[in-house]
Amino acid sequence: MNIYVLLKKTFDTEEKIVVTNGQIEDDAAEFIINPYDEYAVEEAIKQRDEHGGEVTVVTIGDEDSEKQLRTALAMGADKAVLINIEDDLEDGDQYSTSKILEAFFDDKEADLILAGNVAIDEASGQVGPRLAELLEIPYVTTITSLKIDGDTAEVEKDVEGDVEVIEVSLPLLVTCQQGLNEPRYPSLPGIMKAKKKPLDELELDDLDIDEDDVEAKTRTIEIFLPKEKAAGRVLEGDVQDQVKELVSLLKNEAKVL
Amino acid sequence: MSEKILVVAETKDGELRNVSFEAIAAARKINAGGEIVGVICAAEDANDLAQELIYYGADRVVTVQHDNLKSYTSEGFGQAILKVVDEESPDGIIMGHTSIGKDLSPKLASKLNTGLVSDAVDVELVGDQVVFTRPIYSGKAFEKKIITSGISFVTIRPNNISTLERDETRTGDVASIDVDVKDLRTVIKEVVRKTSEGVDLSEAKVVIAGGRGVKSADGFKPLYELAEVLGGAVGASRGACDADYCDYSLQIGQTGKVVTPDLYIAVGISGAIQHLAGMSNSKVIVAINKDADSNIFNVADYGIVGDLFEVIPMLIEEFKKVAVS
Repeated sequence: MNIYVLLKKTFDTEEKIVVTNGQIEDDAAEFIINPYDEYAVEEAIKQRDEHGGEVTVVTIGDEDSEKQLRTALAMGADKAVLINIEDDLEDGDQYSTSKILEAFFDDKEADLILAGNVAIDEASGQVGPRLAELLEIPYVTTITSLKIDGDTAEVEKDVEGDVEVIEVSLPLLVTCQQGLNEPRYPSLPGIMKAKKKPLDELELDDLDIDEDDVEAKTRTIEIFLPKEKAAGRVLEGDVQDQVKELVSLLKNEAKVL
Repeated sequence: MSEKILVVAETKDGELRNVSFEAIAAARKINAGGEIVGVICAAEDANDLAQELIYYGADRVVTVQHDNLKSYTSEGFGQAILKVVDEESPDGIIMGHTSIGKDLSPKLASKLNTGLVSDAVDVELVGDQVVFTRPIYSGKAFEKKIITSGISFVTIRPNNISTLERDETRTGDVASIDVDVKDLRTVIKEVVRKTSEGVDLSEAKVVIAGGRGVKSADGFKPLYELAEVLGGAVGASRGACDADYCDYSLQIGQTGKVVTPDLYIAVGISGAIQHLAGMSNSKVIVAINKDADSNIFNVADYGIVGDLFEVIPMLIEEFKKVAVS
């Protein structure tokens, strides 16, 4: 099976966000594989081990994105592709990303494409379904189970806590939800092997894309931090009294009851 | 400017979801007095639901009825809504940022070759420009966005934009259009209900969330009881989910759900930065934790330092009294 994973690097979840001159500072930030994309990498490896074939991890990013690709290779992916847009595209959006990926997948004959259901930075969740639509293949988002049998797959989809069992044909794009699997940590031999695995770097020119063709359709005009909350009140006294006071405060002061 | 706006309404268990009424209110904020057209996809007659959309501010409603629209599939609903878009040529589309909205909106945007702003918590008209506000980094920051090309297409986060007043004197046209929904490559074989009846976590006005301090799956029982008294939903921290006290679908945080209820009660939750990202924009936060130094008290409006197994039963009794009075 020809399996692809869409991967994005994101800020480590521990990071605090600092805004300077209307931009988020990323110089000192630690980057990780987007946590939902880790489920995609793990699932791709498992499916390959079961059905044979090859796992290729694809990211759109800059030269620093190599680190996350190497991590995915160390987990067990076979090949990686970095589409480096650093010099070409300033402010792409989900439209831009999906159009670039469409061009990349044009000659790939993918059987299965996996992605995270959302990235924890921009959190739009658009790129997977947009790409599936452009490639004219079916998709299922927020999956928690994937069983492939020949040309069909049985997929479990998380729908706000309930589970839909869906039968769908391949080629297929899925986006991964927590609960799908337990992503492995790269092993030391894995890390050594990853250094020698192929990592191709492409630019928009290599994909015959003109910047204008993938120009964003949305633009961010302002970034700001939420208002700092004033420190709250820790109640005092006998527990029973605290409980009474709390309910009274919620009713009369906060007016949420 | 978006003069004619389609509001794609959503039903759950045969009833309209509140976020659909919020979407109408959002449309009203940005359409400069233009027309708001509700859309309902269903397998059965949806006239009563259509009326309800009109009471909440829609000017008229288009219903699409087909056997293949009994349950949501992106392909089925996609075909239906694209047909409506084709006939109505709207200047904007608004839907809820729900499971369905998240799944369907990127497909429609791709097909319509347009931009899409997902998960907006506010929409406003600034001059002629529609400006969307949305959280990024799970609410650690916010961005304002505009759509530079194509229609105003947005999904809105539940619980953030107030609905308009329900007005039974409002009237409007309800029309049905025919769409042949076909060639579906995805088939739903079964739906396994894991959530309890009632309030969905992302739409709940009250959320009771438990952390590691709850200590066991059994320990969550009083939280469910409290949620029932308050008409709320139960959520959890990652710690509680990892420890198998509850299902991952309840997880609130940077991975997991982001919620903005009127009242968030954090029980036995220490308040890791990843958890705060998922709930710190709640309107009122209450923390109950036996460790007075817990980070959760830094974001809580009200805190009780104490043993949750002692405090929660007392709270349940006290809230019951308020409910009765």
